[in-house]
Amino acid sequence: MGKRIAICGVAQIKNEPAYDHMRFQNMLLECLEPVMEQTKVTFDLDKGIRNIITCSDDVFDARTISDNGVTDVTGAHFRGEEKMAQESINGLGYAMASILSGHDDVILFMGHCKESQGESRRMATNLAYDPFYCRPLGMDFQNVDALQARAYMEKSGVTDNHLAKIVVRSRKNAKMNPYARENKLVDEKEVLNSPMYLDPLRELYVYPVTDWAYAMILCCEERAREFTKKPVWITGYGSCIDRYFLGDRDLSGNFSLKNAAQRAYEKAGIKDPKKDIQVFELSDHAAHQLPMWAEGVGIAEEGKGGKWIDEGGMDKYNVNLSGGQLNGNPLLLGGAARAIECYYQLSGQAGERQVKGAKKAVAQAATGGAGQHQAVLVMEA
Amino acid sequence: MAHRKKNRNVGIIGIGQTKHSSHREDVNQPEMIHEAVSLALKDANLTMKDIDCVVHGNMELFEMIHQPDMWHTLGTGAFGKDTIRITTGGTVGATICCASDNLVASGMYDIVMAIGFEKQQEGHTTGGITNMADPLWFRKIQAGALTGSAAYDVQREIGVERANRASMTYRIIMDKHAGLNPNAHRSFGLDFSQIDDLIKSSPKLVGDLKLIEMCSQSDGACCVIFACEKKAKELSKNPVWVRDHITKHKEETFTIFGYDKKYPWLRTHKVAAEELFKRNDIKDPFNYFDVFEMYDPATWWAMDWIKDFFGLQGDEHIKLIENHEIMIGGTMPINLSGGVIGSNPIGATAMIRVAEAALQVRGNAGAHQNPTPVKHALASGFGGTMWTVLTMLEKELNW
Repeated sequence: MGKRIAICGVAQIKNEPAYDHMRFQNMLLECLEPVMEQTKVTFDLDKGIRNIITCSDDVFDARTISDNGVTDVTGAHFRGEEKMAQESINGLGYAMASILSGHDDVILFMGHCKESQGESRRMATNLAYDPFYCRPLGMDFQNVDALQARAYMEKSGVTDNHLAKIVVRSRKNAKMNPYARENKLVDEKEVLNSPMYLDPLRELYVYPVTDWAYAMILCCEERAREFTKKPVWITGYGSCIDRYFLGDRDLSGNFSLKNAAQRAYEKAGIKDPKKDIQVFELSDHAAHQLPMWAEGVGIAEEGKGGKWIDEGGMDKYNVNLSGGQLNGNPLLLGGAARAIECYYQLSGQAGERQVKGAKKAVAQAATGGAGQHQAVLVMEA
Repeated sequence: MAHRKKNRNVGIIGIGQTKHSSHREDVNQPEMIHEAVSLALKDANLTMKDIDCVVHGNMELFEMIHQPDMWHTLGTGAFGKDTIRITTGGTVGATICCASDNLVASGMYDIVMAIGFEKQQEGHTTGGITNMADPLWFRKIQAGALTGSAAYDVQREIGVERANRASMTYRIIMDKHAGLNPNAHRSFGLDFSQIDDLIKSSPKLVGDLKLIEMCSQSDGACCVIFACEKKAKELSKNPVWVRDHITKHKEETFTIFGYDKKYPWLRTHKVAAEELFKRNDIKDPFNYFDVFEMYDPATWWAMDWIKDFFGLQGDEHIKLIENHEIMIGGTMPINLSGGVIGSNPIGATAMIRVAEAALQVRGNAGAHQNPTPVKHALASGFGGTMWTVLTMLEKELNW
């Protein structure tokens, strides 16, 4: 078993379609105060929080150096602060490095995104593509996900009916999660009749625009019990990036996720995820990604996603009991949401959706179109 | 150091940077980055196979590329590797050096490559910086990075005439250093005989901040390779050790006008330096360090900050400039590279400070190598609303 860091406390606000009545600074403050209260952590320069990791994005905030707007509400005044400018899950991987390096004992990790604020999430992510070849084609993270869906469904026997089943289940699960975005419960027929969004993805196949913020207290192993009776451990982290041009990639494959998962499992000493892990939280930006990422993290057989759903794989492996990304988290913060659900499960705070005796959990998240960059986190009770 | 003892030592084993210039129209962003990456790999005598993790950073709105590490995979060589993108402000280059130090020291990765870049020509730099300010409260009064308050402060402190001359002396020293550095963007061949002329002729931007005293906007990239002690010793004849680093940010309001001198609004440099030196038991930083690579966005800030970094008294910092003690071969050579006033591809700028300080410690910086031995070097980053990152580099593992 390798070295580990502790999650000592978590606070979040509810995922909402739009926090019209709050600026993002206010959203963060609503998280900071409860997490301080929970852990009794201070901003003392010797014993308390001396470094902060934030997660936000310049384009989604329409502000250069988006962390500049949150230095005060994250307590970063005359303290260290570094911004994770990728999917938030990588902030936990980086926090692990900061603590294991000996540089920090206690880290406050906060993230925010008001996805509702922008004109369009597709306009924002279109900017991720190079201005010469891909951007003029109108590529963005969602229509690239649609191209991936076509390729993956073809390969894995995943049909529209499977996707409808995933959406229905996601919304049902989310009803048990008090922080989940409140979406209407739907049946499979409604999902299949929802308007075509980006062929083959229908409107309800895709996560809805969401605003959210969170705060977490992370700590070295030696001091974890100063802040909580029940720490949850991060024991493994790995990431991997795939090629940029879609034509250079196997769009139906899981090259980067398999590598990321293998790296995280190796660090955490996981030999067989099917046996060793009781809870999986996967960032399904669109419904087809649930079985696809399940293949990637090693709980579904390669190219057999459809069969895996038919055989009840989603419930057997406790996948996305929170409702998943599909129910609604901001694009950038799905990974933190996944990790927070794992934290609740492993610390026995998951309420109605609690998996009894959950000892180990996996959180996964992707950055970029069709999961170009993947990261996996292994957490333990 | 820091909170606890460093888990393991980290050395810099490869350094690469492009020629910095106002227009790199011959390359796109990944191609420009590729130049720096190739040079760093060559410098370290490694290939991409040896790299475990790639760390990337810049500011998205300068070029309007969202999560540019995705596209830049073409030039960074990160395909198939762990990658992390961490950003701050102008400090970002220094931040990703700190991040790389943490990633290697943690034991999670043995060799990490950090890449900072900016292609300012492809965007609007002052627009990008102004967009940093709060849209409700401050955006209308922000003029990018152009801040005249430091000129006012220094003039009030030592008198207008002396301040103007010291500022221009600092500028000319930087120009002379830039002339020795083939990668520097701007070197005009200025001479000390031009001081009075430049004070009169250089157009004023804001208050007494003159055009010639302000940094440029540049295109360029920098790449630094970090390795754990074991690998660094195996792979490199002259690794440069990262002793410690510190970051101090400040809340977003600038509160320049009417601030209380007793409360250190704009003194993150001083606070960071004092804390860093205290925890590393360095009592006399001015004598301890052999060179200093300072993030100097403009002469006025640079003059004022020298005092903060080294805890100098009275007008000691001004005398250092007037007596050319900050010049190559002086008692405290500052910015032998020509500094930020010489080259400023913002996402790379703070990393170039670390890279250039490391080159000085290694002793093979070329024409701008300090003539006396360099064992201890300090590099600073500046960004956001007065943020500081400091990195300490050492030749020997003996602290």
